[in-house]
Amino acid sequence: MIEIQDLRKVYIMGEEEVAALDGVNLSIARGESVAVIGPSGSGKSSLMNILGGLDRPTTGAYRFEGEDVGHFDDDQLAEFRRRRIGFVFQSFQLLPRLTALQNVELPMIYAGLPPHERRARAGDLLDLVGLGPRKGHRPTQLSGGQQQRVAIARALANAPDLLLADEPTGALDTHTGEEVMALFKQLNRDGLTLVIVTHDPEVAAETNRRVSFRDGHIIGDQQGAAA
Amino acid sequence: MKFFELIRFAFGAIIAHPLRSGLTSLGVVIGVAAVVMMTSIGLGAQQKVSSAIAGLGSNLIIVSPGAARAGGGGGFVQQGAGTGLSLKDGDAEAIGKQVDGVTAVAPIVRGQAQLTADGANWNTRIEGVTPAYLVARDLTIASGRMFDEREARQGRKVAVIGETVARELWGEADPVGKRVRVRSVPFEVVGVLASKGQSGFGQDQDDVVLGPLQAVRSRIVGRRIRGDAVQSIYVKAASDDILDRVQEDVTNLLREQHKIRPGDDDDFSTQNMASILAASQAAVATFTVLLAAVAAVSLLVGGVGIMNIMLVAVTERTREIGLRMAVGAKRSDVLIQFALESVALSLIGGIIGLAIGVGGAIAIARLGSWPAAVPPWAGPLSLGFSMLVGLVFGAYPSWRAARLDPIEALRRE
Repeated sequence: MIEIQDLRKVYIMGEEEVAALDGVNLSIARGESVAVIGPSGSGKSSLMNILGGLDRPTTGAYRFEGEDVGHFDDDQLAEFRRRRIGFVFQSFQLLPRLTALQNVELPMIYAGLPPHERRARAGDLLDLVGLGPRKGHRPTQLSGGQQQRVAIARALANAPDLLLADEPTGALDTHTGEEVMALFKQLNRDGLTLVIVTHDPEVAAETNRRVSFRDGHIIGDQQGAAA
Repeated sequence: MKFFELIRFAFGAIIAHPLRSGLTSLGVVIGVAAVVMMTSIGLGAQQKVSSAIAGLGSNLIIVSPGAARAGGGGGFVQQGAGTGLSLKDGDAEAIGKQVDGVTAVAPIVRGQAQLTADGANWNTRIEGVTPAYLVARDLTIASGRMFDEREARQGRKVAVIGETVARELWGEADPVGKRVRVRSVPFEVVGVLASKGQSGFGQDQDDVVLGPLQAVRSRIVGRRIRGDAVQSIYVKAASDDILDRVQEDVTNLLREQHKIRPGDDDDFSTQNMASILAASQAAVATFTVLLAAVAAVSLLVGGVGIMNIMLVAVTERTREIGLRMAVGAKRSDVLIQFALESVALSLIGGIIGLAIGVGGAIAIARLGSWPAAVPPWAGPLSLGFSMLVGLVFGAYPSWRAARLDPIEALRRE
């Protein structure tokens, strides 16, 4: 599904060029669950931004289902994110003014779904993540774990091909983190491709494949359940 | 479809901060209210001036003795009182006979006189006129009759009085047939004028006594005016479009009558009511535009306030913008959302300002003597203008929002 060849991402910091990604090759198949691990500054966040269509590579190729995402313009990237990608962030990124249901509806508004359809689907998704009774709550009225579930429901709104999670348990306590990971695993079992960026080995251990980064290079790619 | 959703987002953001939104709109509220009030008062003043001049009679040319003096600036020409009584009865007669398109020629003398009747006293204006005066001034008789040409020529002492005079001397009783002494000269009241109310210049038009020209000239104002001199000649043209031509004919005729040689100055002046009206209208219009322009400046200040708050909103909601982009909003979606928010803020201010402006204009009209007329275009124009202000001053903040890098935006605290 994902084909990355010789990907480089260079940032200009003052007069210096810093290569956040320096010749990365990676392919991810449909249905995989992949942990991208490495210390901060290793390039894993840059990879996630490019995978999610939030950023473009400096050089190299990024193909998604055969589409040349690496050379999309801004509007094409926006449409790519809307149709293909579901984002889950460490800090949830829910809009505080909106209820849980309205937060989940948001991506479907940009997809142009009629109100009754998107309300019904948002309700179903909240049921799926176990927040059926809290549809009308605002983010401040929900616990961290509940907020992250709303965010996951929102990520699933437009039936994405890829769920991209950036430290999804980073702001949660161990127990809630495990619950959220269980939800991810269930979604993956149902066929959703999953990429989790994390530096937590326990989270990484829950996936089927672990790709390790250091200084912009892949230094390890381990298949199968963690040892 | 999506546009409607973006409007909802915009209003959601406005409602989320009611106080801030209200204060932001306040600038536009004040600006629009000021513009609407100023133009309403200006239009009212314009109508007042028009009715004041129209109250003198339509299609009217006023001929006065003495040369016109420069420096009138388009207003009424100064006239030397009691000096140069160059106009005579014969002039009026000649105009009536020799100028085409004239429906009435009314020579007139004026004075101030003490009236006494049945023990009551009243001081008022007295005008010595001919029956044609009613036609020239668009006056009508409410009860009784106007004295006729024969009575006027014979110098009969009959009078037509205004409503105010009738009320002051006889109260509710019918004055027709009663006797009134004008400076001790007895007159018989034969008619009462229909009320014209207050003139545009603040004068009570019903506080007047009309008497036959001969009688009034010889018996009442005779000390100042002798022989056959008159103080003004009112000439009414048949229609609006021949007014200029009639004015020219009158001038030429009078020069001939007065034997003024080519190149010499006139010893009389003519004033065309239509041109006075146009000049005073133009003066009021200029004044109105000036006031409205000053008021429009406050509208611009309101626009700057909106821009300021929108810039704050974009900074505050950077993460929201990043998130919207992450879930698939295009830059144009973000741009439109913020532009709509700014337009809505301004438009709300415009609607409230319009209401206050109209209400204020009506209140001023009711409380003071100053009239106000809300122009029909005030509504659409002020709403259109406030939308434009929102669009112009919202453009830069919206553009800033749309140019944000989603990664940076999401990372912002």
